[in-house]
Amino acid sequence: MMELTNALLLAVILINFFTLGSSRLVACIRVVSVQGALLSLLPLTTHGLSGHSLLLAVGAFTFKGAFIPWLLLRAIREVRIRREVEPIIGYVPTLILGALITAGAFLFADFLPLIPAHHGGLNVPTALATMFAGFLLLITRRKAITQILGYLMLENGIFIFGVLLSEAMPMMVEAGVLLDLLVGVFVMGIVLNQISREFSTLNTEHLSALKE
Amino acid sequence: MLAILIFFPLLPAALSLVTPWYQARSWLLPATSALHLLLVLLFAFGRFPADGHWLGLDALSTVVLVVTSILFFGCALYAVGYLDLRRDRGNQVMVPCLLVFLSFMTLAVASRHMGLMWMAAEATTIASAPLIYFNRNRLSIEATWKYLLICSVGIALAMLGILFVAYSALGSGTPVSLHLDDLLVSAPTLSGPWLRAGFVFLLVGFGTKMGLAPLHTWKPDAYGEAPGLVGALLAGGLTSVSFLAILRGVQLMTAAGDGAMARQALLGMGLLSLLLAAIFMVRQPDIKRLLAYSSVEHMGLLAVGVGIGGLATFGAMLHLVNNALTKGCLFLAAGNIQRAYASKNLSEVRGALRALPVSGTLFLAGFIAITGSPPFGPFMSEFTILRGIFAGDRVVVGLLVLIFLATVFIGMGATVLAATQGEATEKPTGFTDRPLLYISPLIFLLMVLLLGVYLPEPLQNALRQAAALLEVQP
Repeated sequence: MMELTNALLLAVILINFFTLGSSRLVACIRVVSVQGALLSLLPLTTHGLSGHSLLLAVGAFTFKGAFIPWLLLRAIREVRIRREVEPIIGYVPTLILGALITAGAFLFADFLPLIPAHHGGLNVPTALATMFAGFLLLITRRKAITQILGYLMLENGIFIFGVLLSEAMPMMVEAGVLLDLLVGVFVMGIVLNQISREFSTLNTEHLSALKE
Repeated sequence: MLAILIFFPLLPAALSLVTPWYQARSWLLPATSALHLLLVLLFAFGRFPADGHWLGLDALSTVVLVVTSILFFGCALYAVGYLDLRRDRGNQVMVPCLLVFLSFMTLAVASRHMGLMWMAAEATTIASAPLIYFNRNRLSIEATWKYLLICSVGIALAMLGILFVAYSALGSGTPVSLHLDDLLVSAPTLSGPWLRAGFVFLLVGFGTKMGLAPLHTWKPDAYGEAPGLVGALLAGGLTSVSFLAILRGVQLMTAAGDGAMARQALLGMGLLSLLLAAIFMVRQPDIKRLLAYSSVEHMGLLAVGVGIGGLATFGAMLHLVNNALTKGCLFLAAGNIQRAYASKNLSEVRGALRALPVSGTLFLAGFIAITGSPPFGPFMSEFTILRGIFAGDRVVVGLLVLIFLATVFIGMGATVLAATQGEATEKPTGFTDRPLLYISPLIFLLMVLLLGVYLPEPLQNALRQAAALLEVQP
């Protein structure tokens, strides 16, 4: 099981790099959905087959792997936007930053006072790297939809960390958290639609009338 | 029993979706919130048991719950009059969202499980986003987008903090649990570094939602563009709920013997909030943004009060009550002024006292109250906080707070006086004061006035018990 977990986590890291380096929005949404689907297997590979981990996996797969990406794909189909143009920081610098951050996450995880069972595992560094990659996406991109993707990757990173602690989160709470994420993205999608209708673009730099 | 209190507003929320009559839908709000307030008061006076493992009320959450319920009732009453004026915008979204918001706010206050609390807090963010977007123009889109994204990311970090707290229990041998009662018992055995990291993330996450500087950037936009009653609910209700979540972290840190670090962090952020709010309130031409910065200021005061501890914590608890009610009065009165002038900017808003005698007076009196002038409640609570600071020999902190409060008074005063005094400019709308739109802010103001001259015994006891929860348990 350990090898499978590690393979999954490595794939998650590769997907981080793909989203950081790609300008095609549809492809980005697809790979983030693949990332969500891969993550939904994590509870099974870490805790083995049990009612709780199975339900968690099914829930995460439905929401992160299927439903949310479907919502986003529908949203961009309606506003007819395909590409991210002019990110605030270029793709190559973002990739380099991403690489530095990932390396930093691995180094940093070694210093964390983890319990012995988690020492040397990939879970914690991958969680950190994915969260940072999400943050990077949030900060460096102008399109509202890419910012939502960044938020989703941030949530994915937190999910990886949360899998280590799934006994602390009862099923009901876990379901509530996933539902929150879904409804949150749904509402963001609606706002997205309104932005494009009102400003005829999805670039958030137009959202700058409110300031001191 | 507590579950009924939490979830019954969802029933009228569903009902409002199918009600075909406009007025009936609006009146669902005060009807529901009156029942909510009644139930809350019964719980507060101990008529029903409220100490479950998942849902329960202690002194701290009772105080917050009573205040938010009173505030919601006033805003619901105001909403009937407001929505009647805004038939062009409709109430099909506003009414259900407000009721769902009430339900999840109650859940966030009453939950004894950190994960459940988080889930409810995030749900309130989502339910309030359509409320901020009520006016459906460019500015409100921008405000809604910032609110939604910043608060969602912030609250995601709070989730990380909660997971860190859970991780701190992994090595200790006790079963991992996020129930507050279990955590408080096992606190001394938790792993220190993880718990401290968890607290920092909780503070950042819920601090974003509460609007502590430097995480307050969404606040002036959201409060400025949202309708007055939504601003009142966010500034008085939601911020108090988020503060409660931070206080849970403080409780945990204190139980683990790390209270000093938690208080230090709160004190730092509190002072920074006071400083930034004071800077941005000087020469602020927008009356609603002014109120938003005032909210940042008072969140800062709450943080400073708890950060100092002792008497100041009691002062902060009292200030939480006072701030919520005064903000309710101010935002609702400012909403009326904005309605009358079709603007909230000083370039158009002048002489509100003459144009709108009641709302203008309420706005002016609310300003006098919130800046801590006697005989209103905030004077008592701010004075108590300051006494606590000086009693703790934190002279520098005390002087800084005094300087910031004086700056705020001058800055806020300049704008508020300009808006209310002098000759009235031509009003483009035919709006005049009407009872349904000034009765709620008037009641809030009278309550604040009452709290300034007389603190009822039960409230005093509740505040004292709430403050005691944040101190080291013997």
